[in-house]
Amino acid sequence: MLDPRGGRFAATLTSTVLVLVLVTGSGWLALAQAAGFAVTASWPRFGPYALLYRWLVAPRLRPPTEREPAAPVRFAQLVGLTFTLPAAAALLAGWLVPGMVFAALALAAAFLNAAFGLCLGCELYLAMRRLRGRPLPARMPAG
Amino acid sequence: MTAVAGLAVAVAVLAMATGVGWWRRQRDGRVKVLPSPPAAGEAADPSTTVDQRQLLADLGVIGGTRVTLLQFSSAFCAPCRATRITCARLAAEIDGLRHVEVDADSQLPAVRALRVWRTPTVFVVDAADRLTARLTGQPTRAQLVEAIAPLVGAGEER
Repeated sequence: MLDPRGGRFAATLTSTVLVLVLVTGSGWLALAQAAGFAVTASWPRFGPYALLYRWLVAPRLRPPTEREPAAPVRFAQLVGLTFTLPAAAALLAGWLVPGMVFAALALAAAFLNAAFGLCLGCELYLAMRRLRGRPLPARMPAG
Repeated sequence: MTAVAGLAVAVAVLAMATGVGWWRRQRDGRVKVLPSPPAAGEAADPSTTVDQRQLLADLGVIGGTRVTLLQFSSAFCAPCRATRITCARLAAEIDGLRHVEVDADSQLPAVRALRVWRTPTVFVVDAADRLTARLTGQPTRAQLVEAIAPLVGAGEER
């Protein structure tokens, strides 16, 4: 169970990095961000922003009053990765427009999370499932 | 030149995202009252009522329950969890109020029939298996109370 404020902190940093990616067109920066997403998706508490949060920010705050399960956070990281990795690849290959488009989408997602706590999994997941339509056995996490 | 274009894109994205986020927040949890079906005696399609009753029963709604809060949730959905807690608290406090939570992912036919696009979506179901209201997005306790008010009346809390 994770401190939700850490997630908002990470989303804020991510948004900042992605703005920099758009302004500089740096494929390497996008790649670094993508790597951050990949690590956080695998080990949410040990992603770069999570570590930064625990080291710098959390000690200055009161203990969290609520915690959130890791699964939605990990899904959000995967969504970020899905947009940012192609952005990095395109920018490194010199394809500016596709690179910027993917980076812009990643920024929109990160910013919505940072500023509004918007749950992308809730918005996208069901719509995708409805369109693709094959029923799956119940997969809701217990509790 | 690219930096200026990049900055312009970033600003445009942030502006649009702000608009979307703000609009969403305004709409989340808002109670949408559903039109009541035709009264007895008027021309109505009996098969839809039977189908809907069966659909709701299959989801776990117990017919005759005074008020049911039927919540569609999905995995990876933190607001669904918060909604579950709010609904469960309300159900514990109000006589005759039941909370049924359903995994949207494993009930796609129901999701389509009831036109559920986002989670959480909460339907208010009366004792006759009619859907009286729908709330999309995480509702506050006040919004839920407003939604069930017509079926519950004042001063019903235990």
